[in-house]
Amino acid sequence: MSGFRIEQPGLLCTLQDQGRFGQSRLGLTTAGPADGHAFRWANALLGNTPGSCALEITLGGLQLSAGQDSHIAVCGAAVPLSINGQAKALWQGHAVKAGDRIELGMATSGVRAYLAVAGGFSVPTQFGSSATVLREGIGGLNGGKLTAGQLLPVAKAAATMASQQLFALPERFWPDYQAPLSLRLIEGYQCQDFSVVERQRFYQHSYQISPKSDRMGCRLQGPALQCQRSKMLSEGICYGAVQVPPDGQPIVLLSDRQTLGGYPKLGAVLSIDCWQLAQRPAGFELQFAAISIEQAHNLLHLQEQRFWQQHSQLEVPG
Amino acid sequence: MLDYSIQIAGENSLILYPPQQMSAEVNQWVLAACQQIEQALADVLLDVTPSYASILVSYNPLQTDHFSVKTRLKKALAEQNTEHQQIGKLVELPVYYSEESGPDLARLAKLHQLSIEQVIALHQAPLYRVYAIGFAPGFAYMGEVDERLATPRLESPRAKVPKGAVAIADRQTAVYPAESPGGWNLLGLCPLTFFDPSAEPSMPVAVGDQVRFKAIDKAEFLRLGGVV
Repeated sequence: MSGFRIEQPGLLCTLQDQGRFGQSRLGLTTAGPADGHAFRWANALLGNTPGSCALEITLGGLQLSAGQDSHIAVCGAAVPLSINGQAKALWQGHAVKAGDRIELGMATSGVRAYLAVAGGFSVPTQFGSSATVLREGIGGLNGGKLTAGQLLPVAKAAATMASQQLFALPERFWPDYQAPLSLRLIEGYQCQDFSVVERQRFYQHSYQISPKSDRMGCRLQGPALQCQRSKMLSEGICYGAVQVPPDGQPIVLLSDRQTLGGYPKLGAVLSIDCWQLAQRPAGFELQFAAISIEQAHNLLHLQEQRFWQQHSQLEVPG
Repeated sequence: MLDYSIQIAGENSLILYPPQQMSAEVNQWVLAACQQIEQALADVLLDVTPSYASILVSYNPLQTDHFSVKTRLKKALAEQNTEHQQIGKLVELPVYYSEESGPDLARLAKLHQLSIEQVIALHQAPLYRVYAIGFAPGFAYMGEVDERLATPRLESPRAKVPKGAVAIADRQTAVYPAESPGGWNLLGLCPLTFFDPSAEPSMPVAVGDQVRFKAIDKAEFLRLGGVV
């Protein structure tokens, strides 16, 4: 056997790549990782092409067996990782040998972990991507969540990768998924249809993450918001859009969001904050803060610079 | 040339708004503008999402910025050839209308003081336009439903609407491509597949197409692969 075999899938484990772009006019969502930051590092620590197909593991509980020699890295939620029963660090590349057993325990901080393999998992693409969307039944293996006994093939390039250097991200750069969160929002869409009073209410109060949240959207609970506009035509929804349905409870729309929707929207949360949001559990309290589009672009460029600075300080594990 | 405005949607998206109305003229402008945008901004685009009367333009914000994209959008649309009118194809969709396959038929008839036969006839009468595809793969928003049939969404959406359900909401009509939750009013079932990822094309209708619904009986529905 080559590739990796799922022994235990845990609660919810799917294959994700960078996402499916350019297909929204068919009604296909973008999908891709819920936390693009941890996903990016999992691939980067192995020298993979950015966006290579990796596993997104929700809350942990995954067990794999390796069918070949390779390298793996796990980033994101703090899940205890072991290889053949030996504890291993996250945010670091590890060599595995054919027959090795890889186990991820339950997350103690954060919600989603990413397991990348050298060269990336190799599954056929649909509409240009391998990203799994359970609702649409496409991507991954048969469009579903992964189940025990399934075999995950690895790209051929993986064999040559196995001779490469392994890297670790210094602990000072690991994100803290328990840190307070203020979601930076670029005002837009129907923002002007919410009165000044309603917008103040939105920014001055805390909202709690509802247990009904998923990859489609993060539902929030807090002071209800009223929009002056009652009717609108359905329109395209961008990543991070904050929509307010008639019950007044905002929803931050994430990777698996519906492509079109007819509820008024306040604008959209910065992508790097959406990734942090995707690592917070139900019940977590957060706030919103308005930023301009210029600030948003600056913050994205800064984040990109920070990534490459950290990349230049990668360590070689002892 | 229609008047339009460009608004910010998020860090990587602008949204274009022509006049906010469900009309073939506006929707035709949307389609033509999408083509123009896709050609002119191909180097920075992530996705272009057309709807009834809007275009969401998503770009890579590490490659460019909103100001530059806005400028390029205006330039591209100023050069748009509005003479060119695309005519979509005509698609006939068979529907098994009945109280068995359309659980809201009787309620709609009562609500609008019509007979069930009149409701079915009124739904079949217009030649509908596909204004948008979205929400889910293959979910086509069509209009306009006869004013006498216009019915708001259910107060409380159904947890399960069957695949192929033919439904109306206000003056829109659609066919549910897969079993899903939904709040539209159900009139019947269509036996066709609306989203098949392995087929080319993956769906029978596209935005701009003309659609006519045609009543079929139960035997024909079952013969075409329908399931009640």
